[in-house]
Amino acid sequence: MAKIQLEHITKKFGELTAVDDVSLEVSDGEFVALLGPSGCGKTTTLRLIAGLEVPNAGRIFIGDREVTGLPPRERDIAMVFQDYALYPHMTLLDNIGYPLKVRGVSKSDMVARVSDVATELQIGDLLERRPGQVSGGQQQRASVARALVHQAQVFLFDEPLSNLDAKLRLEARAFLKHLQQEVGVTAVYVTHDQAEAMALADRIAVMNHGHVMQLGHPLDVYRRPANTFVAAFIGSPPMNLLPCEVDIQAGKILFEGDRALDISGYRERWGGALKNGRDITLGVRPENISISATEIPGSIPSRVYVVQPLGGEWLVVTQVGAELVSVRLFQDEAPELAEHVWLKLDLDRTFLYDKNGDLLQ
Amino acid sequence: MRDYESTFSKVILVLFSMACMAFFALPLLWLLTAPFNPMTTLAVELPDEPSLDNFRTVFKNEFAIRALFRNNLIIAGGAMLTVAAVATLASYGLSRTRIAGRDILVYVLMLFSSVVGGTAAMVPLFLLAYHLKLIDTHVGVVLVMTGGLLPAAIFMMRDFVDSIPRSYEEAALVCGAGPLRIFRDIAFPLVRPGVAVVAIWAFVNAWGAFLIPVVMLRSPNNMPASVALYSFYSEAGTPVHTLVSAYAFLYAVPVLILYLLVNWKFGFRFFGGIKS
Repeated sequence: MAKIQLEHITKKFGELTAVDDVSLEVSDGEFVALLGPSGCGKTTTLRLIAGLEVPNAGRIFIGDREVTGLPPRERDIAMVFQDYALYPHMTLLDNIGYPLKVRGVSKSDMVARVSDVATELQIGDLLERRPGQVSGGQQQRASVARALVHQAQVFLFDEPLSNLDAKLRLEARAFLKHLQQEVGVTAVYVTHDQAEAMALADRIAVMNHGHVMQLGHPLDVYRRPANTFVAAFIGSPPMNLLPCEVDIQAGKILFEGDRALDISGYRERWGGALKNGRDITLGVRPENISISATEIPGSIPSRVYVVQPLGGEWLVVTQVGAELVSVRLFQDEAPELAEHVWLKLDLDRTFLYDKNGDLLQ
Repeated sequence: MRDYESTFSKVILVLFSMACMAFFALPLLWLLTAPFNPMTTLAVELPDEPSLDNFRTVFKNEFAIRALFRNNLIIAGGAMLTVAAVATLASYGLSRTRIAGRDILVYVLMLFSSVVGGTAAMVPLFLLAYHLKLIDTHVGVVLVMTGGLLPAAIFMMRDFVDSIPRSYEEAALVCGAGPLRIFRDIAFPLVRPGVAVVAIWAFVNAWGAFLIPVVMLRSPNNMPASVALYSFYSEAGTPVHTLVSAYAFLYAVPVLILYLLVNWKFGFRFFGGIKS
């Protein structure tokens, strides 16, 4: 069990900077997810921790040891790959036992240990088969078994659930979380699926273009996104982001088409950061908006665009000027809406972002 | 009307193909019938009294037999092993490194080796071998043949090596294996079919080699079968059909056996990368 520390890590591939001055600390036993779209640098960061890539600048520590120049086998890590990387010409027994074989563990010891781990993961009776002869879910568990057999201090996961179908993915997700909690090992997990990151991680590092855009507990990242990128990336359906202008004197936020939101009672909330400005973006999650048929204080007029039943809730998409705003309604009966409605925002859960996309606070 | 025309053209095509095939098949048919005929000529005809006399006579020629059963095996076998080993390691290295211009290097190698091959390189090769004291040695012949076969061999191997996902080796690295171990445990078993292809291809090429051995070898004891074939010519310079055909038959048999072996074991699936 060990903590991981990345200090000012930079990695370039020719002209492309994949990881740009990233510093990150993972506590002992913590599960940190690296979340972001393709090409954001999350996989590269993971590979830097693994030792499969060498950073151009910065230092990496695992435990209290600096591992920056060390190859993977000297870092005491275990890794689960997206395509499982099970060797097709070996049985599952040999695959899972490979780390032990490499370390010179005796055959009988290896078989014993592999059987233990495999039985725990419910693949104990498949050990004589080849990877090609078992299902995707079983292959994935074999890959995890191989990592467990290491008894390493740090577990690294590179999108291990991407190759599974949706139902299996949910099962495997629960299984991984349970496993990590039981074993209590430090884990870094790369994914592009924000729901997966939210469900699994103790903390999420949202990345884009090689930078960490926000690092925090899933609920913090969800409830208080630090910038528009995180706001739009986390949450499904994503946060509504509306371009607007702030007029402090009048105590209003102005939207396109002269729609105004009265914020005169809420000025203290944004404190000194609130100045008159254009190119401001207002962010509010669909579940933090309520719909009123009549004009009420602190609401924005809008036009109903489409109403979608989602089963347990309704998604009402409305138009404010040229922008679409989604609202989640938790009710059984179909909402009875006229064409023109008013959107009441929960101002405690509404955020303003400046022209760079950073949170005004 | 269209049907008539297409059938007509198909018939013409088949007749034409048959004519071409006959042209190529005749020498092969001769090779199959002539050795067993004690009074063989250049004609393809079934023997009146098939016998193994020709073979008996051939076996009496010590020089030719040694050439075939010893020298040929040494040269072809040596070339096969060297080419397979070097090509596998080279293509593995080429596949796993990130040097600028790596792909161009391989294509240039291929190009150059086909342009500056065999006859054109004869004089420089001879001089080089002479200075390295490799003239009249089997080692010299094997080395020169390897050099000539290597670019194509590397080219062939690359496909097989490239088809191994990098994550296999990375997983092994994380498991604690070093590069040599990874090659032995993971890479090599997975490219074995490719190695077999290259090895056999090299063997077959080296088996039939004439020019390089005849230039580089001096003493009759070292000559391979392609050269020894000429020992069955009369003093006047004309071939003795009975013996030449018998010897050629013996010469061709190993390659035929190899072909059947490969077909049986691999079934000619190797182009396009094998996934088991």
